[in-house]
Amino acid sequence: MNTNEISAEKTAPKLHSVKKSRNSGKIIIYILLGLGAVLMIFPFLWMLLTSFKTNAQAMQVPPTFFPTQWNFDSYAKALESLPFGNLYLNTGLMIVFRVLTTAAFCSMAGFAFAKLKFKGRNLLFSLILIQMMLPSQIFIIPQFQMLASLGLTNTIFALVFPGIVSAFGTFFLRQTYMGIPDELIEAAYLDGANTWQVFTKICFPLTKTALAAISIFTAVFAYTDLMWPLIANTDLNMMTLTSGLSTLNGQFTTNYPVLMAGSLLSMLPMVALYLVFQKQFIEGIAATGGK
Amino acid sequence: MKKTKLLNSEAKWGYGLVAPTIIGLLILNIWPFIQTLILSFTNAKKFGSYDFVGLTNYVRMFQSTEFWQATWNSIYFCILTVPVGIILALLLAVFLNSKIKGKVVFRAIYFLPMVVAPVAVAMVWKWMFNSNYGIINDVLGLHIDWLTNPHLAIVSCAVVSIWSSVGYDAVLLLSGLQNVPKTLYEAADLDGATKIQQFFHVTLPMVSPTLFMVIIMRLMSSLKVYDIMYMMISESNPALLDTQSLMYLFYRESFVIGSKGYGSAIVVWTVVLIGIVTALQFWGQKKWVNYDV
Repeated sequence: MNTNEISAEKTAPKLHSVKKSRNSGKIIIYILLGLGAVLMIFPFLWMLLTSFKTNAQAMQVPPTFFPTQWNFDSYAKALESLPFGNLYLNTGLMIVFRVLTTAAFCSMAGFAFAKLKFKGRNLLFSLILIQMMLPSQIFIIPQFQMLASLGLTNTIFALVFPGIVSAFGTFFLRQTYMGIPDELIEAAYLDGANTWQVFTKICFPLTKTALAAISIFTAVFAYTDLMWPLIANTDLNMMTLTSGLSTLNGQFTTNYPVLMAGSLLSMLPMVALYLVFQKQFIEGIAATGGK
Repeated sequence: MKKTKLLNSEAKWGYGLVAPTIIGLLILNIWPFIQTLILSFTNAKKFGSYDFVGLTNYVRMFQSTEFWQATWNSIYFCILTVPVGIILALLLAVFLNSKIKGKVVFRAIYFLPMVVAPVAVAMVWKWMFNSNYGIINDVLGLHIDWLTNPHLAIVSCAVVSIWSSVGYDAVLLLSGLQNVPKTLYEAADLDGATKIQQFFHVTLPMVSPTLFMVIIMRLMSSLKVYDIMYMMISESNPALLDTQSLMYLFYRESFVIGSKGYGSAIVVWTVVLIGIVTALQFWGQKKWVNYDV
């Protein structure tokens, strides 16, 4: 009994201190994460606040944090200088077409590479791997020359063009199709299904999560890409939000409220989608990670 | 008999289903890749025909100080962004993996720059870095030319790059951390290991394959940096030569100046450089990446 008492006395403060140090550890983590979060949010907040200031107020020394009066002139100017209606439409169409072709072609090829046997399969698949290893810039000059010789610059097709097929998407979906058990496919064949039915009715519906991931990845990549749209479509009315916004830089070198308003207008649709489908965005992009 | 027929039809379906992708790849990637190699031996300009000029572009390139400066800038940019970015991302991932509330909110905040175009990101950072009216100089009480000082401009670009990618890298590392079996930490606890010891002896070895993948990816994208610099460092910026990456030089030579032959040589060199760096990483990984467990 005596020994028990002693041991209890000994361990009690220890447990207490462990708990305490855990809590203080947690507090430190909260503080660091919170400070980091402030650093992440601040540029966007500053963008928003600046966009409502007049140029004179933005350049005031020392700067005021909030606009003294909320001013929408910069938005009017940004909307005047860039054909935002066209930019939204072009970007939207580019994303829709790229996502549709990627989803369709990559699913087909991914299924075939994973589940069908045919001569030269490995050789053809090595083309996919080669493409994935090369940076996209090495294709850009000839891609542009092809487009120019067809007279198709400054079109929606030009924006979609390099993204019609996706080696990475094929690779990614092949992994998913490989995870589908062969027994399931054999059973369908025994029931009299043909290959097309096995693909569309049995396998394709099982890849929804992967398909969502690759679609989000394709959309975000297309939306943020700058070099290709800048080269392919030089007519302002045919630009994307990203390339269009980049031209604002030259027009309003020193008028930061207009630049901030333009930036906000261009990021709004994607950020809105992100806020709604935050989980799918993060998990989708993380699933395609490494590319 | 029936089996060969089935095989035949299976092969037909196989070719049919991969056809769009393979034809697309041949037209959009494989042929352009060969074309770029060929162009790098020509004097191709913006438009019109061109002649073969042998190694002229490569000779000009290897004799150009601007080219070597751009090569160094690209490597220096990796040195600036990759170690710091990866350490911050790993710390962030460890924090997000601990038992705290609001993880989802924190994750969403740190990931946000991923869905914003680098053009918009660069725009606001350019404003914050502004030497006269920027908030950064104001808060620090300094007057530093963040974007026009030839020594500093590339560091400023690196800051923006790290800020943009840390959340993404952390999410990738987090998924690696979540796969570490809890029993390993329990065992380490019983052995009396501190949290810091656990990090170096349990977490780090277990997460090393994911870490390796993230490092490779980050190295590649840093070597190819273009859009942040294009937006923050304009043609007339005095820091241009000391900041521009190989891809920025490639863009200017090919599409601003219009010498596509020379531009092709630059992009071929960049691919070689990426290949060398990646090979070095794969060779070095044997020493620290742990695939055993």
